[in-house]
Amino acid sequence: MSSQDKLTDTVGADTGQSTQEARMGEGADNRFNSPLRKALGSSPFILTKFDKFMNWVRGSSMFMLQFGIACCSIEMMHTYSVKHDLDRFGAGVPRASPRQADVIIVPGTIVSKFAPRMKRVYDQMPEPKFVVGMGSCTISGGPFQEGYNVIKGAEEVIPVDIHVPGCPPRPEALIYGIAKLQERVANGESAPVTVKPYELEEFGDLERDELVEKLAEQIDHDDLVMRYNWVDSP
Amino acid sequence: MSLEEPGPRDVGLTKAGEVNYDELESLLGDAVLDRETHLNAEAFVIRPDAVQDTLSALKEEAGFDFLNCVTAQEYQDRYETIYHMTKYDDRTQEVGVVVPTSKDDPVSESAEPVFRTADWHEREAYDLVGIEYADHPDMRRILLPETWQGHPLSMDYDQTKPQIVTLRENKNPLEEDQRLNDDSDTMMLNIGPHHPATHGVLHVEATLDGEQVADVEPDIGYIHRCEEQMCQQGTYRHQIMPYPDRWDWGGAGLLNEWAYARTAEELADIDVPEYAQVIRTMSGELSRILSHMLAVAAYALDVVGDFTATFMYGMQDRETVQNILEDLTGQRLMFNYFRLGGVAWDLPEPREEFFEKIRAFIDDLPEKLEEYHNLLTSNEILQVRTVDTGRLEPEVAKNYGATGPVARGSGIDYDVRRDDPYGYYDKLDWDVVTEEGCDNYARLLVRLQEVEESAKIINQCVDLLEDWPEEDRTIQANVPRTIKPEPDTEVYKSVEAAKGELGIYIRSDGTDSPARFKIRGGSFSNLQTLPEMAEGEYIADLIASLGSLDTIMGEVDR
Ligand code: SF4
Repeated sequence: MSSQDKLTDTVGADTGQSTQEARMGEGADNRFNSPLRKALGSSPFILTKFDKFMNWVRGSSMFMLQFGIACCSIEMMHTYSVKHDLDRFGAGVPRASPRQADVIIVPGTIVSKFAPRMKRVYDQMPEPKFVVGMGSCTISGGPFQEGYNVIKGAEEVIPVDIHVPGCPPRPEALIYGIAKLQERVANGESAPVTVKPYELEEFGDLERDELVEKLAEQIDHDDLVMRYNWVDSP
Repeated sequence: MSLEEPGPRDVGLTKAGEVNYDELESLLGDAVLDRETHLNAEAFVIRPDAVQDTLSALKEEAGFDFLNCVTAQEYQDRYETIYHMTKYDDRTQEVGVVVPTSKDDPVSESAEPVFRTADWHEREAYDLVGIEYADHPDMRRILLPETWQGHPLSMDYDQTKPQIVTLRENKNPLEEDQRLNDDSDTMMLNIGPHHPATHGVLHVEATLDGEQVADVEPDIGYIHRCEEQMCQQGTYRHQIMPYPDRWDWGGAGLLNEWAYARTAEELADIDVPEYAQVIRTMSGELSRILSHMLAVAAYALDVVGDFTATFMYGMQDRETVQNILEDLTGQRLMFNYFRLGGVAWDLPEPREEFFEKIRAFIDDLPEKLEEYHNLLTSNEILQVRTVDTGRLEPEVAKNYGATGPVARGSGIDYDVRRDDPYGYYDKLDWDVVTEEGCDNYARLLVRLQEVEESAKIINQCVDLLEDWPEEDRTIQANVPRTIKPEPDTEVYKSVEAAKGELGIYIRSDGTDSPARFKIRGGSFSNLQTLPEMAEGEYIADLIASLGSLDTIMGEVDR
C-alpha cells in the first residue's frame, strides 16, 4: 500500500513482528490477520488526520452516477465494461440513483431543456460530490457551440472538477481523468467554483424585464426556472 | 409483394409501373396550384386548405401509404410545408406535396387525420419554423421548452435573446399526490429524463391504473442540439459530414454519413467510384453490427437485468468491431470517414492483416450469436416478458411511418437498401429479415438476424476488395473544392440506417451551404408508436417496449 507512509505511524512494519502476534500473542489463527492490518503495522492505532484518512477512502472508492446524455455516454459505457473496466481503479460501480452516488460524469451535450434537470440531479447527490466533464460538449458546447439551444459547457450549470477533452474521449482518456480526480480527492483538493452559473431560481425572484413580463401569465410565481442569458455565454 | 387487391390504389401508374404524375395531378383536381420538380420526385403545390383531401386521395387511391417526412421552411415571401410521400411497397415511387402559406397567417390544414405520423412532424414544424396546422389535435412545442420565445429556424429569430425555462413540466411525482382527479384511481409517473431504462434523455409521462398503463406520453427535446441549424451553417464539402455521426451515437455513424453523402451526391451530381462503394458498404454494415449489438446488450440489461453476462458480451463484441473501424477510420465512434464522392482514404496497410481481422470477427460471429440466442432468445424469463407484449400491428406501424427493425418486426417487408438500392447492395447476396410476431420478441429477433445478414454482406465485400486490381482503387471521385448547387434545387433522399430510414432534405440557395437542411430520423417516427404499444399493458412491459424500439435520442431530437 503506497499511502502507508502518509497514513501511518507504526512500529511493527519494519521490525518484522506480525501484527497479530503483537496484538493477540503467538499461536492464534493466521486467518484473522488481514492484509490491511499487515500493511498498517503492528500498532492497533493509526495516527493520521481524520480528514486525510477520509479523503483517502473517498478517492479509493468512488460511486459513479449512471448518467447518460449523448454520444459520450457510449464511450463511458465502454469504460465501465470489459476491456477498460473502470472498476480496477475503485471507481466502477454505477449507481442508478443520485442519492447513492458521489461522482457524476457528464457525458454529452447539455441543452436548455435538460440543464435544469441536470442541476436537479446534481443537487440530489450527497456531499461531498465531484464532477467529471466528459467530452468537448461539456467544455464549451463542442461541435454544437453555436446552437441556439446548447449550453456552452457544463460549467455554466454545475462546478466541474476534471475536464476530459475529446469528441468523444477514448475510454483511456476518461480513465485518466478519473484517476486524476481520485488523486485530487485523496489529496483533499477542492472543487473550483462555477464561473457563471445558471441557477435554478423562483420565477418571482427574477428581475422583471420584458421577457419576464411576457411569461408572467404562463409561469407561476414560485415555479423554479433557469434563465439563459445567451449573450453572456462565452 | 402487395397483398392489396388491385384497383383504385393503382391510380397514377404508367404501364411500366412508374409514377404517372399527370394522372396524379388530375386525381387531385383543383387543389393543385402548381407543379415543382425536385431531384427525387415531382411535387404538387396545393392549397393550404386541401391538405387532408390531397393526402388521403394519394393514400387511398394512388397507394402512397407512407408519409415519410414533413419539412417546413421559410422563404422571403412565404412559409412552406413539404410532405414527402412514398409507398411501403415500392420506395422508388415518390411524390412531394408542397403547401405554401402566407407570411402573416401561416396556417395550413393538418395532415394528422390522414397520417398519424404527421402529429409529431407538424409539431416540430410549428416549434422550429412557426407554421401552424389547423385541425391538429395537439398543437404545441415538441423539442423546445413550452416557454421558449420565437421559432429558431425562422428568418427573424434572434439567437442572443435570453430565454427562461421552467422545471415544472415534470414535477417530482412523490412531492405531492399525482392522482389526476378525485374520482379516478390513476397515478402519474415520470420516467426520465434521467432514468437508466430510457436509453438517454427521454422523458415518459405514464399514467398508471394500478400496474397498468392507462396513458403514455413521450416528452422529447432533452438533447435537441440544433443539428439542422449546424448543418445549415456548414459547407457541403467538409463541414457537414461530422454531424451525421452524432445523430446516432450507437455506432451507426457511417450509415448516417451515408445518408448525407447520398443526398449531397444526388444534389451535386457526383458519381461514386465502385471501389469506394464497396468500402462504404462494408464499413456501413460493420457500423450496423455495432449499433445492433448495443441494442441487444442494452435490451438484456433492460429486460432481464443482465449486466454481467449478455451486456458484457455485447460490449466485448462491440470492442472488436470498434477496433476494426478504428483501423479503417481513425476513430472509435465518430468516424467521419465518408466524403462526398467516396471515402477519406483507402484501407489500412497491410491490407491482408486488416482483412484477416475482419474475417476473424466474421468467422467467430455464428458462435457468438448462438450464445446470444442461448442467453436471450431462449431464456424463458425474457420470453415471458417479450413474447406478445408491445404489439404493433403492421397497419398501425405504417400509419406512424415506422421503419427499420421496428417495421420489419411487424412483418413489413421494407428495407431501403433493397427497395431503393444504393451503394453496392444490389450486387450482393443477402436477405431482408422480417418477423411476423409484431411484438417485442420479434424486434429482438430481427436485430439478431440482421447481424447475420450484415456479416454476409461484409464477407462478400471483403472477397471483392481482396481481389480488387491495384490500379483501379479510386477512393474518391473528382469533386470540386467548393460545391455550389444551382439555387433552389430541392432533394430528399434516404438510406437504411441502423434504427430505420434516415432521410435528408436539402434545398440549395446557390451558396456553398444549404438553405434548408432537414433530417428525418428513423427513431423519431418509431418512438411515436410507443403509446400504441404500451397502453393497456403493464408498466414493466412499457420498459420492454421502449427498449425494443431501440430509439436513439440523437436521432429523435436532432
Ligand atoms: S463531445 Fe462529441 S461525442 Fe461527446 S457528446 Fe459532444 S458531440 Fe458527442
